[in-house]
Amino acid sequence: MAFSSATATVSQNLTFASSNKLSFSHSSSSSSTSSFNFLSFPSFQSKFCKTIISSPQITRAHAPPSPSTTTTATSSFHGLCYVVGDNIDTDQIIPAEHLTLVPSNPDEYQKLGSFALIGLPDSYAVRFIDSGETKTKYSIIIAGDNFGCGSSREHAPVALGASGAAAVIAESYARIFFRNSVATGEVYPVESETRICEECRTGDVVTVELEENRLINHTTGKEYKLKPIGDAGPVIEAGGIFAYARKTGMIPTR
Amino acid sequence: MPQTSMASSLVAPPSTSFFHTKKDLNLSAFSSSSSSSSQRYQKHASRKICCSVSAPQQTQRQPSTTGSVKTAMTMTEKILARASQKEQVTPGDNIWVNVDILMTHDVCGPGSIGIFKNEFGKDAKVWDREKVVIIPDHYIFTSDERANRNVDILRDFCNEQNIKYFYDIKDLSNFKVNPDYKGVCHIALAQEGHCRPGEVLLGTDSHTCTAGAFGQFATGIGNTDAGFVLGAGKLLLKVPPTLRFVMDGEMPNYLLAKDLILQIIGEISVAGATYKSMEFVGSTVESLNMEERMTLCNMVVEAGGKNGVIPPDSITYKYLEGKTSVPYEPVYSDHQARFLSEYRFDVSKLEPLVAKPHSPDNRALARECKDVKINRVYIGSCTGGKTEDFMAAAKVFLASGKKVKVPTFLVPATQKVWMDVYSLPVPGSGGKTCSQIFEEAGCDTPASPSCGACLGGPKDTYARMNEPQVCVSTTNRNFPGRMGHREGEIYLASPYTAAASALTGYVTDPREFLQ
Repeated sequence: MAFSSATATVSQNLTFASSNKLSFSHSSSSSSTSSFNFLSFPSFQSKFCKTIISSPQITRAHAPPSPSTTTTATSSFHGLCYVVGDNIDTDQIIPAEHLTLVPSNPDEYQKLGSFALIGLPDSYAVRFIDSGETKTKYSIIIAGDNFGCGSSREHAPVALGASGAAAVIAESYARIFFRNSVATGEVYPVESETRICEECRTGDVVTVELEENRLINHTTGKEYKLKPIGDAGPVIEAGGIFAYARKTGMIPTR
Repeated sequence: MPQTSMASSLVAPPSTSFFHTKKDLNLSAFSSSSSSSSQRYQKHASRKICCSVSAPQQTQRQPSTTGSVKTAMTMTEKILARASQKEQVTPGDNIWVNVDILMTHDVCGPGSIGIFKNEFGKDAKVWDREKVVIIPDHYIFTSDERANRNVDILRDFCNEQNIKYFYDIKDLSNFKVNPDYKGVCHIALAQEGHCRPGEVLLGTDSHTCTAGAFGQFATGIGNTDAGFVLGAGKLLLKVPPTLRFVMDGEMPNYLLAKDLILQIIGEISVAGATYKSMEFVGSTVESLNMEERMTLCNMVVEAGGKNGVIPPDSITYKYLEGKTSVPYEPVYSDHQARFLSEYRFDVSKLEPLVAKPHSPDNRALARECKDVKINRVYIGSCTGGKTEDFMAAAKVFLASGKKVKVPTFLVPATQKVWMDVYSLPVPGSGGKTCSQIFEEAGCDTPASPSCGACLGGPKDTYARMNEPQVCVSTTNRNFPGRMGHREGEIYLASPYTAAASALTGYVTDPREFLQ
């Protein structure tokens, strides 16, 4: 992961608030440095508030408080999964005609979310976002190889995050999509050890436990190993690379 | 401008000749990393380049005998080492890299600017107003209000920041009255002299890798990374390992660089180079002109590659003459550099290829698809909309003397390409221009330069595939929905194959007309 060497040298003096179903603004209010940052990032704030409020099936369980040092925050996600195949490219995630939407503009951020995965072929009879809806009911996307290949458009992870998705579990990722997911903190791009997309079906109830590197499919009763998210986890948890850098003192708080 | 670097003054006597063997190039570059002078990261004047590539005195000198070179590096590693002011980098290292050029366009620029403002403050200034290049090119000739607004956002930002290189367009009704307007960013970057050997170019577009043709490190990044670079001038990057592609043999007259890269992607798959650098060498690559080299590097991202590189040579320097006054210093892979793997191709044995729907690695021989009926042909984009691409298409039309059987859309990448299409004589045509040949063949009139329908775009984009049709295209991607309609089928092909297919209405091997 591209950020690892830098993060290793950063002093991490932040403690995370402990609470289930915790909203991010609440979480960050316990930390004097980051609350300001979250309040000042409309897009990040709206994302996390939305995730919690409008997608009740997603539960973000944070690590218990640790008074001295905190290494990583942990998260688990619970909800319905949406299953896709290999090489889901950025044109399928967010077709180019919608790229006039500017992700840093809060209104257009929401609109991008409503188009997430709209480019999937008609063979996907069950759509990621129901017609007439602006959010998805699937909080976890399960995919095969090379998810997010194609363009460098950051609109792709943003659209998924804005739609209400919390994590993608794929066998592998295209490089720029992975990096953009981490840089924006929009979705967790987690790699699976095995090919899960053949064994799960859209609508299955799944839990992703990042700390245990595990995905549980409650519908089938099967469990799968995930690869560790590593140092990317705390960056995504923080809400992206800028928020993380401020939180950890790499760059000054404004 | 530094007078000279220690490297060249130590090992390379002045020379005015460009005629050097590849071995010399490598040895020279090898030696250039041996200097411990503090000037070693400074750049030569362009006219010094002949020095830096000239034969060193001690041609057989080995690193172990001088102790001056610790570990051999690839081109990509050397560029990144220099940009991070390190003696040595190894694949997997995460390093802070100083950026020579940051490019953005109308699709990702507004978002990058938004992040820059959010993070660095409303009154923040970009790190270097001469190193930010902003090129509106994606959604230009459209009535889409948000697309038009995005170009306005770029203009406001460039005015506010006094950005030196902004290729603006104000009058959408006629691109020709906008002298600053260029068109497709990757081609404009090259034509305007922003692609220089040994440098680092980042762009908010995956095809930024095109510039690797100049022996520079060039890769695509997202808005957030670009917002960071706008403020900081550097970015944390992971050093990629390099795959080496050795292409030897005389290029048959029915092949183009597009066939070579489709061959490679078909070989290694759309994820075969993920996180990796792709270096192209060999006698065939050395024989390619700059635009063909750009085609080769352009599509490394379709194999998942982080960047592509081609060693700069006299063809590179010739292209750059008069385009830039910025001094640059090329680097070359060491003989002992470690490559993750090496692929060898005898180009003389290859045949014209296509990538069938819906993946760039779905390789097939063009002749194997001769029964595929098509509805249209598209020639354009950063991949296949350069002057040489139109010259190639014109050559096929000229050779056949026939008319196209399906609508054939032509979208020159830039204003310069458009001018070439209308002014340069096609060899063997008795002085006819491409545009005349296209007209005689019944093609659509060449359109205003932009990214056009390569990526679909707004509904009113010229030549956008609004119906579920079958298209042979010189562009770079054929994923579902790429050119507009979700059920459309795109066959990626060279300009030769595209033109031949236009003439028959089926996917067609260009040898039917070129031999």
